[in-house]
Amino acid sequence: MSLMIGKPGLLTTVQDLGRFGFQKYGVIASGAMDGFALRTANLLVGNPQGAAGLEITMLGPEIWFEHTALISVCGGDLTPQLNGQPFPLWRTVLVPKGSVVTFGRMQLGCRAYLAVAGGIDVPLEINSRSTYLRAGIGGYQGRALRSGDVIPVGKSTPLGSQLLGVLVRNEEREAGAVSRWSAASSLRPAYTVSPEVRVIAGEQYKDFTADSRQCFESEVFAVLPESDRMGYRFTGSPLKLEKPAEMISTAVTFGTVQVPPGGNPIVLMADRQTTGGYPVIAQVASVDLPLLAQVNLGGKVRFRLISLEEAQHLHLQREEALQTLEIGLGSLR
Amino acid sequence: MVNHNPNGAGTWSGPQIHLLGDSGLVIKFGESIELETHKRIRQLSEYLEHHPFTGMTEYVPAFTTVTIYYDPWKVAAEPASADGEVRRPPFEIVKAAVLNLLLELKDTETAPPDTVRIPVCYGGDLGPDLQEVAATNGLTEEEVISFHCSGEYLVYMLGFAPGFAYLGGMSSRIATPRRQTPRLAIPAGTVGIAGEQTGVYPIETPGGWQLIGKTPIRLFVPERTPPTVLKAGDLVRFYPISRKEFDEWEESSL
Repeated sequence: MSLMIGKPGLLTTVQDLGRFGFQKYGVIASGAMDGFALRTANLLVGNPQGAAGLEITMLGPEIWFEHTALISVCGGDLTPQLNGQPFPLWRTVLVPKGSVVTFGRMQLGCRAYLAVAGGIDVPLEINSRSTYLRAGIGGYQGRALRSGDVIPVGKSTPLGSQLLGVLVRNEEREAGAVSRWSAASSLRPAYTVSPEVRVIAGEQYKDFTADSRQCFESEVFAVLPESDRMGYRFTGSPLKLEKPAEMISTAVTFGTVQVPPGGNPIVLMADRQTTGGYPVIAQVASVDLPLLAQVNLGGKVRFRLISLEEAQHLHLQREEALQTLEIGLGSLR
Repeated sequence: MVNHNPNGAGTWSGPQIHLLGDSGLVIKFGESIELETHKRIRQLSEYLEHHPFTGMTEYVPAFTTVTIYYDPWKVAAEPASADGEVRRPPFEIVKAAVLNLLLELKDTETAPPDTVRIPVCYGGDLGPDLQEVAATNGLTEEEVISFHCSGEYLVYMLGFAPGFAYLGGMSSRIATPRRQTPRLAIPAGTVGIAGEQTGVYPIETPGGWQLIGKTPIRLFVPERTPPTVLKAGDLVRFYPISRKEFDEWEESSL
């Protein structure tokens, strides 16, 4: 089975959860910007959470299905449509053969994740299917999707086939069908144009001036246009160190908030470098990375400091909810 | 921040443990780039390579630190060690495990480092700045090549780009400031000098280094496991090859 790309949209790439285990060789992790949305979309079609899907940015593509398929779209609301009819996010959708999935206006967030039962079956490269655009690694030929690309889809899991069966039995097949089940709204990140993002103090937090620390936590920082999958650049009151220090490069990760000498913070995202040498004022709590991933250029973000305990507690809660969803779907017949 | 002090004495400054958010932990072995610090980092890296703990995702060695990434959910899923023990937050579990490990590690030996020999065709269009490096240091081009090849370089860490090695050990006799205007695209394999550093660009990137030559060896090969020729802890030696050898090498590796 395969998908055919009609119009490619603005930036559509194949992503899984990233290329792990190779950062010690300087190999960038990449992976979905909003990993939570991709994992949920995968669960809803019976895939393993780490299967590859499509990351669709701002302006969605046109995707043709020559076979009947089971899909789910999660994350930002780019108003997906099946043969011209809108369908909801966070649910399982039966796509009859010969259908086309398109996207409309960007309603909320800026990245949608489309999972298809069986997963996008491009070859593994350095143990991942994620596209790393700068080095042309992974995904579909190491690049963003273009018009005419035929994207291979793997074999559905038994659960995926069962879910498909439920939709085929219960609904009218020709028009497609949408599941009654969905990822609960309480489970989903509270995406908004201008979110409050929870952070944990970074190693150099205490080295910033009291004023800067106060600014960081109380003021609003705007996302600059030069933000991309590598990092979000912000502008706001400049953050200053008590006394500037020469730093030695060390490992950085998804959500590391570093402050270059200019004082404008940068939050490292999916395509970040493996190491960095700027002071780290904070680290975004894992549970809030999806909020940041869905903030668009010009969005305004407020940072709020929480304890490490709280961050891990929130993280475990969300993992547990995902597990509950997985178990619930497994019991559908 | 926790000061790890196995001797119980206030004067001993052992590795420090910092937390990098809710899924990372940093073990810092020193404040500056030193061989002794590097040895400890190598020792820990080697151990983690062969004995990852439950929930560990990966580790990343740097100049003074080893960062361990972990999955709090998988760490929390480990059964508590004693009956009735209150479940601790995952970072506490990981931190305790790492502290134990550091104690155990104190006297372990590391394997001898691998030495990687890298052929370089110096000068000409492959090393357009060789003349400038020579002029800056009052040397001939041959002397620059000789100094560059006589060094034994230690790979402190990889970062910046896939397979890019931060090398220590270049002679200060050939140190040269970065170019005023960085080049937009430096071909993969190009060997450069920046200040007291030397290195090889593994993939095409922009950069401001002084380019002195090029190796026909691919340092980053995505289809191979591991995908890079170099790893932290390796020793590197450069040796000169002629343009003819370079061309033949490139042709044979196509």
